Amino acid sequence: MAFEALTQKLEAVFKKLRGKGKLTEADVKQAMREVKLALLEADVNYKVVKDFIQRVTERAVGQEVMESLTPAQQVIKIVNDELTRLMGSKESRLNFSPSKVTVIMMVGLQGSGKTTTAGKLGLYLSKKGRRPLLVAADIYRPAAIKQLQVVGEKIGLPVFTMGEQNPVNISRAALEYASRHNNDVVIIDTAGRLHIDDELMQELINIKDAVNPDEILLVVDSMTGQDAVNVAEAFHNKLQLTGLILTKLDGDTRGGAALSIKAVTGCPIKFVGMGEKLTDLEPFYPERMASRILGMGDVLSLIEKATAAIDHNKARELEEKIRKEDFTLNDFLEQLKQVRKMGSLDQILNMIPGFSPQKLQGVEFNEKELVHIEAIINSMTKEERLNPSIINGSRRRRIAMGSGTSVQDVNRLLRQFEQTKKMMKQLSELEKGKKKGRFKLPFFNL
Amino acid sequence: MGFFDRLKQSLAKTRDSLAGKVESLLKFSTKIDEDTLEELEEILITADIGVDTTEKLISRLREKVKAEKIKSPEELKEALKNEIINVFPEPKFDIIPPAIILIVGVNGVGKTTTIGKLAYKFKSKGKKVILAAADTFRAAATEQLSIWGQRVGVDVIKHQEGSDPASVLFDAIQAGKARRADIIICDTAGRLHTKKNLMEELKKLYRVSEKEYPEARISSLLVLDATTGQNAIAQARIFKEAVNISGIILTKLDGTAKGGVAVAIASELNLPVLFVGVGEGVDDLQEFDPNAFVDAIF
Ligand SMILES: Nc1nc2c(ncn2[C@@H]2O[C@H](COP(=O)(O)OP(=O)(O)OP(=O)(O)O)[C@@H](O)[C@H]2O)c(=O)[nH]1
Ligand SMILES: [Mg+2]
Repeated sequence: MAFEALTQKLEAVFKKLRGKGKLTEADVKQAMREVKLALLEADVNYKVVKDFIQRVTERAVGQEVMESLTPAQQVIKIVNDELTRLMGSKESRLNFSPSKVTVIMMVGLQGSGKTTTAGKLGLYLSKKGRRPLLVAADIYRPAAIKQLQVVGEKIGLPVFTMGEQNPVNISRAALEYASRHNNDVVIIDTAGRLHIDDELMQELINIKDAVNPDEILLVVDSMTGQDAVNVAEAFHNKLQLTGLILTKLDGDTRGGAALSIKAVTGCPIKFVGMGEKLTDLEPFYPERMASRILGMGDVLSLIEKATAAIDHNKARELEEKIRKEDFTLNDFLEQLKQVRKMGSLDQILNMIPGFSPQKLQGVEFNEKELVHIEAIINSMTKEERLNPSIINGSRRRRIAMGSGTSVQDVNRLLRQFEQTKKMMKQLSELEKGKKKGRFKLPFFNL
Repeated sequence: MGFFDRLKQSLAKTRDSLAGKVESLLKFSTKIDEDTLEELEEILITADIGVDTTEKLISRLREKVKAEKIKSPEELKEALKNEIINVFPEPKFDIIPPAIILIVGVNGVGKTTTIGKLAYKFKSKGKKVILAAADTFRAAATEQLSIWGQRVGVDVIKHQEGSDPASVLFDAIQAGKARRADIIICDTAGRLHTKKNLMEELKKLYRVSEKEYPEARISSLLVLDATTGQNAIAQARIFKEAVNISGIILTKLDGTAKGGVAVAIASELNLPVLFVGVGEGVDDLQEFDPNAFVDAIF
């Protein structure tokens, strides 16, 4: 919704502008107020927003209003470009030691997701052919060591522990252990701590001095608010961070903290955590984050995933059907199967511009439901599948019996089908509004 | 000077405590003008109160300035503080045994730690407490709660990792009845409010409580990390819908974050803050004091 909301507001601002050749300062100022609110709602730091708005205003004033775009879209484009630029114009990679064991140190506030992320990173690197060793250096939180051990076991990676000894000694010993055991990467999971806890911050400095890390990664919860800048600055000043990892981005946070932190530390965001599974770690793409902060949805990720997973001929067939409005339950089933190939539905729905997951209640499915759905649809007659409106009460009971489900299940499916239909219609309208070919969604773009 | 440097410098400048800022702002401005209000606005937004609630507060303040002929900045500050304090509903949370408390929230906010602290608090008041380790998902979550149980000296009912959380709670309820516990506190796995199936799982825990222990008073408390921004509003809304949240526990207030989003939540969802977490120790849990909370914002 947010993207559309922002676009609509900007369009209203620019309505009177039609026919004018250039954007004046007054036009832009009015528009910038909306952008400013959008950024603040996304948790971008107040100061960062102020500076940003000033910069964009300078760039936008005097711009020719290009014919192909409406002024609103043009301003959004400038805003998006600047956001992307601010967030680092290209993706950034990990530094590896050319000759010796690469040391990666994970640091951050309590509860930001360091332990899980250490496991994810280990798995990611081992898939790339590295031989990581995980190191349990959180000696404070109850059962933190055990947590890392369980994680290590799940992904088949060794975990170095030394009980609750001094984390500096643990780290040093782990490095030696790695050299002896042919591990080429060491990932140190440190305890969460407050940036204003001098004693514990000193402990991190001591670890750093002892093992000379190639990467010191600040793990940041993407739901963090205005305080993100204070936290990141403090960690950066003490440790000279080499990068950031944003976690919990699979929720519906707009993630403005990413922008704030990048702006104050200058450190690149290297990865994002997209779920609780240990495979849910992805490289960071600045332009996608920019769209997300503006509320535009992660269109690019969606396109990429869709392109990878979708059978193009089938997609085209579907497009055609939706356009002609003869999208049936058969197609629905086919479509669900395709969508499942792209990842979890939660993830996908989050990437669709303008759709907040709350708005989509009832259109989410899990694996088990999919099996049910298949059974239900298979229990329908040909006629029913083509024309669900004829499915009355007694038909519903028959279908439920036939598929071993309940009438409620059948009702729910029919409702979901209707909603999906509606959703796709909306998306197709959204797409038209964006001018052809701008965001080509091979699947949802109908 | 480059853009980042400029930015860094300006951020460093504003890092001074908010208190100092308001103080100087109010001291030197002799009359209340739009600039003053705008600067107050900045303070509120920087505390994570959010655009909407900030605008509401400021516009109410504007009316007050007119109606009550507020002239001095001191009065203005007091008026704004009162506006914020008034946003918080009166907390209605008394434990009448037997009681079941579900502790819920997104990942890493401090649920398990808070349970340790709550258990300690109730035990100190002479209550018999049992903990249910119904986070069967996260690695070593059960061990973590067990350590807290030992620390505080209360029983922990647990199953293996991966087992059904509802069956853990079921067993805890049976144990609670048998051992005549006053309060059963149930730990739950951290979950993002956007995960529909996980929210369903949570509702099931609530239903199990109702069904298996109809005599008990069931309440759900939402744990919020004070460093969270505007997303906390969505969290509160959806958790409230799912399990009928009766109040909020705001953790990590020992950091530099103000937790202002709790004001927005109180304003939009009428949810009180019950306790605040101010550290990792067993007694680092305090009853919420709106006055102290608001003072910390300024
Ligand atoms: N500084 C500070 N840290 C806290 C506070 N409350 C909890 N923590 C820390 O935050 C981290 C996460 O706390 P947990 O209790 O494990 O959080 P949780 O919500 O149970 O986490 P999951 O079960 O993984 O979702 C731990 O390191 C706690 O010690 C607090 O009030 N202040
Ligand atoms: Mg927990």
